[in-house]
Amino acid sequence: MDIVQSSKKNPGEMRTKGNRLKSFFDSPVSLNLMYIPALLLFAVFIYYPIAQGIKISFTNWNGYSAHYSFVGLEKYRYMFTDMRTYKVIINTLIYGLGSTLLQNILGLAYAVLLNAKLKGRGIVRTIVYFPVIVAPIIMGYVWYFIFQYDGGALNDIMLALGKEPVDWLGNGPRAVWLITLVNTFQYMGVAMVVYLAGLQAIPKEYLEAAEVDGASGFYKFIHITLPLLMPAITVSIVLNIIEGLKLFDVIVSMTNGGPGYASHSLSTMMSDLFFAGQDAGFAAALGNLMFVLISLFGISSLKFLRGKEVDL
Amino acid sequence: MIKIINMLKKLMRYLTALFIFIVHLIPFYILINIAFKTRQDTSSRWTPPNALYLKNFSDVWTQSHLGSALLNDLIITVCTVALVVFVGVLAAYPLARYPTRWNNAIYTLSISTLIVPALTVLVPLYKLVVDIHGISTYWAMVLVLTTFFLPTVIFLYTGFIRTIPRELDEAALIDGCNRYEIFFRIIFPLLKPVTASVIIIIMLGVWNDYRFSLFLLQKRSVQTVPLVLSQFFSQFQNNLPLAAAGSLLSMIPMALIYLFLQKYFVSGLAEGAVKG
Repeated sequence: MDIVQSSKKNPGEMRTKGNRLKSFFDSPVSLNLMYIPALLLFAVFIYYPIAQGIKISFTNWNGYSAHYSFVGLEKYRYMFTDMRTYKVIINTLIYGLGSTLLQNILGLAYAVLLNAKLKGRGIVRTIVYFPVIVAPIIMGYVWYFIFQYDGGALNDIMLALGKEPVDWLGNGPRAVWLITLVNTFQYMGVAMVVYLAGLQAIPKEYLEAAEVDGASGFYKFIHITLPLLMPAITVSIVLNIIEGLKLFDVIVSMTNGGPGYASHSLSTMMSDLFFAGQDAGFAAALGNLMFVLISLFGISSLKFLRGKEVDL
Repeated sequence: MIKIINMLKKLMRYLTALFIFIVHLIPFYILINIAFKTRQDTSSRWTPPNALYLKNFSDVWTQSHLGSALLNDLIITVCTVALVVFVGVLAAYPLARYPTRWNNAIYTLSISTLIVPALTVLVPLYKLVVDIHGISTYWAMVLVLTTFFLPTVIFLYTGFIRTIPRELDEAALIDGCNRYEIFFRIIFPLLKPVTASVIIIIMLGVWNDYRFSLFLLQKRSVQTVPLVLSQFFSQFQNNLPLAAAGSLLSMIPMALIYLFLQKYFVSGLAEGAVKG
């Protein structure tokens, strides 16, 4: 009784501190507190380093000493006049786009084959997917046993065929393609699984209706299966591009960027410049270039592919 | 006639599947052959060993301290997975449920960090970890890995939460649950399937990580399996059987998990991709 009366007298006092807190926690806005920890982590370990990276790229810091000075655009000028930069950009694009293309074409072909009723298709899927669980650095070493010049498994075949052994990884452009193939071998299982799920989600009636109309297998694939797979294709391609442009581990274990600089990607070159070359400014500038490159490719491929999707 | 063509088609399919099976098995076949041969055995890597030489395995185990590396890997993986799932699911709920303009911006900001490869920020990130005295510590490694896997986790959880009908939340609100109870009691239990996928995707990434470990774990005592093995490869170029045995050993933990939980590996990835 008392409380009611007092509140009648002075309605403004209703909103005590406790009440305000309670009504805040009752409102959906308070739930936004739940993403604060994530934002803090992003701020400390991603956004702050990005800002610092821009700053470092304008300095001649060597990576460990306390003293450095600002050199303006010097490192960028150096980066764009250094021929290695262009070589490495091209390699990075081959790693990124080449393995994306191969992984998706092969992954889709495998998915179509292994979606058909075949005895033992389960075990084939398992073995195709298996490399995904192996550390990429180890996968590179495993393939090194095959491509090695002395006693490598591939050269044993060459010898058996009466041909000269080949130094497979000793030739820059070839090494780049072999690394791309190994990366494809390792991760095409992911594309396959994504496409298998996509294929199984296609309503059977569509394909049956087309069959009644007398459509050929190829026609059905191009006009029904492929358009309906577009969402899966988008996701798979965009993720592959981003992952491929970041390629690092396999390169380290197969060639370590060699011979010379011939098989370096932006990632491996950057780590080389930072730790071996002690040129943190250059490394940071290269990192910023890579950031721009990956964003450009990631976003534009996403935009392009999203436009091609159809609604059911 | 049609029958014969169908038979041939079927045969072609089986042959192609068999071919694929063999090609994908070759690298592992070669690896196993090398790992079970002695160092002096110069026979072709295609020929299986005469006798199984097991000493490579015990030697690599003791010489490369594989045991402690496995333990380090285990500690870092468990902590990272637990932290990233917790922080990720908390962040995903408001972002999926209350898509205000502000929250959508935050979501885009979080997801766009998917594009930031750890290595583009290698120089400043390394400097930061040095400055906070985090080099060769578990906690810095766990925090950095958590941050870089967080976008994937938020992406998968928001995608999943959006498919849960909103009416469920509203009914619970009318029944007197507050908004946190709705999340912890009603939404969270529904997230089990996607949580299984998230755990597996992140576990693989963390367990097999090389790029972060290479820069952040410099002391031998905290190094993980991929790091220890890669050093082993460069040190023992002349003793490849040992290195092969080490590689084979390093695959066992994940291979076992894969064989027993195969359906989660496959379904998780596919769901994430198709729904995304």
